[in-house]
Amino acid sequence: MGLVSPQTLRCEQPLALASGRQLPAYELVFETYGQLNAGKSNAVLICHALSGSHHAAGYYSADDPKPGWWDHYIGPGKPIDTNHFFVVSPNNIGGCHGSTGPRSINPASGRPWGADFPALRVRDWVETQRFLADHLGIAQWAAVIGASLGGMQAMRWSLEYPDRLRHCVVIASAMKLTAQNIAFNETARQAILSDPDFHAGSYMAHDTYPKKGLSVARMIGHITYLSDDGMGQKFGRELRSGTFARGTDEPVEFEVESYLRYQGDVFSRQFDANTYMLMTRALDYFDLAREYGHDPVTAFSHARCRFLVLSFTTDWRFSPARSREIVDALIGANRAVSYAEIDSSFGHDAFLIPNARYRQLFHRYMLNAAGEAP
Amino acid sequence: MRIELDQVMNWIAPRSRVLDLGCGDGSLLRKLADTRQVEGYGLEIDPQQIAACIARGVNVIQQDLDRGLGNFADNSFDTVVMTQAIQTMHFPHRVLAEMLRVGRECIVTFPNFGHWKARWHLSLRGRMPVSDLLPYEWYDTPNIHFCTFRDFEVLCRGLDLNVLHRQVVAERRVGRLLKDWHPNLFGETAIYHLAANGVSQ
Repeated sequence: MGLVSPQTLRCEQPLALASGRQLPAYELVFETYGQLNAGKSNAVLICHALSGSHHAAGYYSADDPKPGWWDHYIGPGKPIDTNHFFVVSPNNIGGCHGSTGPRSINPASGRPWGADFPALRVRDWVETQRFLADHLGIAQWAAVIGASLGGMQAMRWSLEYPDRLRHCVVIASAMKLTAQNIAFNETARQAILSDPDFHAGSYMAHDTYPKKGLSVARMIGHITYLSDDGMGQKFGRELRSGTFARGTDEPVEFEVESYLRYQGDVFSRQFDANTYMLMTRALDYFDLAREYGHDPVTAFSHARCRFLVLSFTTDWRFSPARSREIVDALIGANRAVSYAEIDSSFGHDAFLIPNARYRQLFHRYMLNAAGEAP
Repeated sequence: MRIELDQVMNWIAPRSRVLDLGCGDGSLLRKLADTRQVEGYGLEIDPQQIAACIARGVNVIQQDLDRGLGNFADNSFDTVVMTQAIQTMHFPHRVLAEMLRVGRECIVTFPNFGHWKARWHLSLRGRMPVSDLLPYEWYDTPNIHFCTFRDFEVLCRGLDLNVLHRQVVAERRVGRLLKDWHPNLFGETAIYHLAANGVSQ
């Protein structure tokens, strides 16, 4: 994708949130890739997941070591092909990568929001993304695309603004979390809450952050994003240090322990604990069909776009069964949908990782979407 | 194969809702959509075929037919189609019953194992038939439940199915001349249009 740079859009109108509270004003940080055509009909919206950001593709500088989080799938010749599409990738509010969130200053107090930042639901993000679309003059997205929590936003788009998208791509997602999935989120939140450095969310005022708690939260999450097989292949029982030789009493450390600690450590320095609390709650609260009499078929009967639903065989956090529920509801509502279950050993993380079949199906679907007149 | 698909299409009403079981590359559904404004879905399990469907813009759902159609509601389709796949099912009779639960009507096509070439292979050569129509060896064939036209008729009676239409197809010249005289010997492919009894066209 080459070099990219973020932009900022400020909204001065108060945002009425699903919780009943209001956000007086907010900023959205976003990136775009490719060219918007004259008819403004080739725009694609990328909705990010729990720990994602607006930086989905490309590099910030020539010596930037890492590209955006979905660089394998966005760019010239890639499934979300920037030769055809104008890709818009915002950072969700409540996040910690530039858009207004818990680290931003609360205009009422002059101090960072911290834990006082209003609770958000998926539909609130859809509203801010709709504001961004209006600002860019995009009346209808060629596609709204998201994986995991991003897939929830894409599905919500299809119900809230049915005439403003032609395609909805939902990857490794669910219409609502299972009890087990909520349980993992709650365990991660408790890890953060139990860290004395959390200070009930006002750690910034104490000039610290809950390093340990956020790190353990990430470790828990990370385990659930991988698969048993995948971890076995990657780490097995390899030792990082120490030995089991008889007669030695050396401390032993497995590779997987060291890896998880490293991942937790990096994440705790880059991510915000209040954002983590807020995002996991948005995941837990999401229930696509709640306001449609808890009937997903009724819910999807409001959609007008075509759907592509994808899942991964070893994903147990957002299992293929959850995607099948989406597909069955769409069929019940007589909506256009295609579904494939991709073989991968990478668990939930598979949506980020290169995979020949995933890439091929995604690319072919998007080429069709690019070829049709709006 | 082309004559067969043309026949299948003739029995599908314009603007109806179709479920195609084992839809292959999606060409039947594409043609139905383009020429008859038929909406529907294909079920397929082969990754390359699924990719072909998606490239054609055909709705395709990755689903293993041997695990049933439990996710489809009763009478949710006008016609359920299965071309050249019933002989690959673990339980063809259950699949037929499922097709007529989900659809008001169904269309099934299958190769005739009673064709004279198959009989000749088995009776004179003493080997399981291998031909251009059935190009597999016994050990690698996906076709695990062969039947003759007559066998299928018996099953339809057993399941109390109403045969709305039946058609025998032969692609080769000899077969085309003789299929009407002795379909079970010279017909290569059968096409059945079925409904549950009590349903008539």
